[in-house]
Amino acid sequence: MVLNYSQPLEISNLTSWLDSTLRGNLSEFWALLIEFVLVAVVLLTAYAVIALILIYAERKITAFFQARYGPNRVGKWGLLQSVADMVKILLKEIVRINRSDRFLFFAAPFFMIIASMLTFGAIAFGKGLHAIDFNIGVLYVTAVSSLGIIGVLLAGWSSNNKYSMIGAMRSGAQFVSYELSAGFALMTIVVLAGTMQFSTMIEGQRYCWNIFNGHISSIIAFVIYLISGHAETNRGPFDLPEAESELTAGYHTEYSGLQFGFYYLAEYLNMFIIASIATTVFLGGYMPIQVHGWDGFNQIMAYIPTYVWFFGKTAVLIFLSLWVRWSFPRLRIDQLLNLEWKYLLPINLVNLLLMVILVLTGFTLTGLFPGLF
Amino acid sequence: MSSVSQYFSGLFTGIKSLMLGMSVTWKELWTKKVTQQYPENRGTLVISDRFRAELTMPHDENNEHACTACGICQMNCPNGTITVNSKMIETEDGKKKKILDTYQWDLGMCTFCNLCVLTCPSDAIKFENTFENAVFTRSKLMQQLNHEGSKLREKKKEPLIPKGE
Repeated sequence: MVLNYSQPLEISNLTSWLDSTLRGNLSEFWALLIEFVLVAVVLLTAYAVIALILIYAERKITAFFQARYGPNRVGKWGLLQSVADMVKILLKEIVRINRSDRFLFFAAPFFMIIASMLTFGAIAFGKGLHAIDFNIGVLYVTAVSSLGIIGVLLAGWSSNNKYSMIGAMRSGAQFVSYELSAGFALMTIVVLAGTMQFSTMIEGQRYCWNIFNGHISSIIAFVIYLISGHAETNRGPFDLPEAESELTAGYHTEYSGLQFGFYYLAEYLNMFIIASIATTVFLGGYMPIQVHGWDGFNQIMAYIPTYVWFFGKTAVLIFLSLWVRWSFPRLRIDQLLNLEWKYLLPINLVNLLLMVILVLTGFTLTGLFPGLF
Repeated sequence: MSSVSQYFSGLFTGIKSLMLGMSVTWKELWTKKVTQQYPENRGTLVISDRFRAELTMPHDENNEHACTACGICQMNCPNGTITVNSKMIETEDGKKKKILDTYQWDLGMCTFCNLCVLTCPSDAIKFENTFENAVFTRSKLMQQLNHEGSKLREKKKEPLIPKGE
């Protein structure tokens, strides 16, 4: 085992040590099997823990935006509030709905959670903390994240409840529309980065993040991605599927207990996933801030572990999403579709073209100042 | 205005107003929290003076009140929460005089409309902002407002609460 003294806090030191010990003592099959199981357990745990942290953070930040304190009774500063909520949700009865489509009703939450779980696996949390790294990573993420909508539509359909149905249809229309914009925004950056693989994309952003590299075009793509990602996660101001006065709770009206917990978890994790994809694609992922020529500075920055950088950047984007959520009034369904089809999509197409021209003519920052970035 | 310029002006004014909205909420994020942490901050809690929680009859240091037992408050009370019990006594110079015996007020029936205080000709009663009125039995809501052994203040004195307050 060779300790990496330059980056002693990296988890990849631990994982590579684990890998070499397992391979040294076991045959390759068993070593791989144990590693797969470990990765799955760690990812599932991280999924639940991140959701709990996000729920707490959201409630606190929401409260601060509304000049309140937020949860502050359970544990110090209410830190255990979301744990208590989780225990409550686990203990609740799972209600069987009369004349609902039993099989689909029970299957629907799993579609939702599996889709977000699959996307979750493709996130690069840090150097070497990357479960799935296809050479078509961006395509994979957009493909599996769109599976979640099946869970939503199934939930609405199988609940035998017109409010759930309307909520699910709204959610479906919204999701399908905004998926398009999110895909195009990612495509713009794929043009700039020249790769679809997340790890290569992150390495390419060592000295110049994609959001700066493609300047105008990148920033437009970034904003569009954040808007459409926000809309995809069905959160305010785009929370049309959940309208208390019109549709009660939308597609998950009839769900209770753990099944509702799945939707709840997936909603929060989708927010995290959108933020982390945006971090990876636009903000250099787990890369520390590095400047050409400033070796001392670079070393200090690189001393901070990569997962801290990743979670820090993601947290900023999540805060941005909460800020937007508590600033703007809800949209009507026609305004929602107007925004997508009349504004975001045309701008996006023009932006994609602009990015292609920028890359071809070498007007990106790395193209203009090759020594600096 | 052509539809094209309308499209773009709409887009940019939209962006501008969204940024304005976000700057407002950003400022709001740092404002002081308004939530009262009630049971903990009983010492520093500020309740408005005008909050009507409990009817009281102010007594001065000589244990004297201003109530002449005229019964106007009782007549004006829409819910019949006030009962003024008076008795007749004979003064030193041989005159008969009606004085207050007990002044009963039922908190449980009161809607805190303030009509009794407004109509009282001698400003003998007022509403206090002491809001912690929860009790375990309904009988405790029946309160006697005049203190034990209290008597009417002599005429010449200033009223305890000046008019118009």
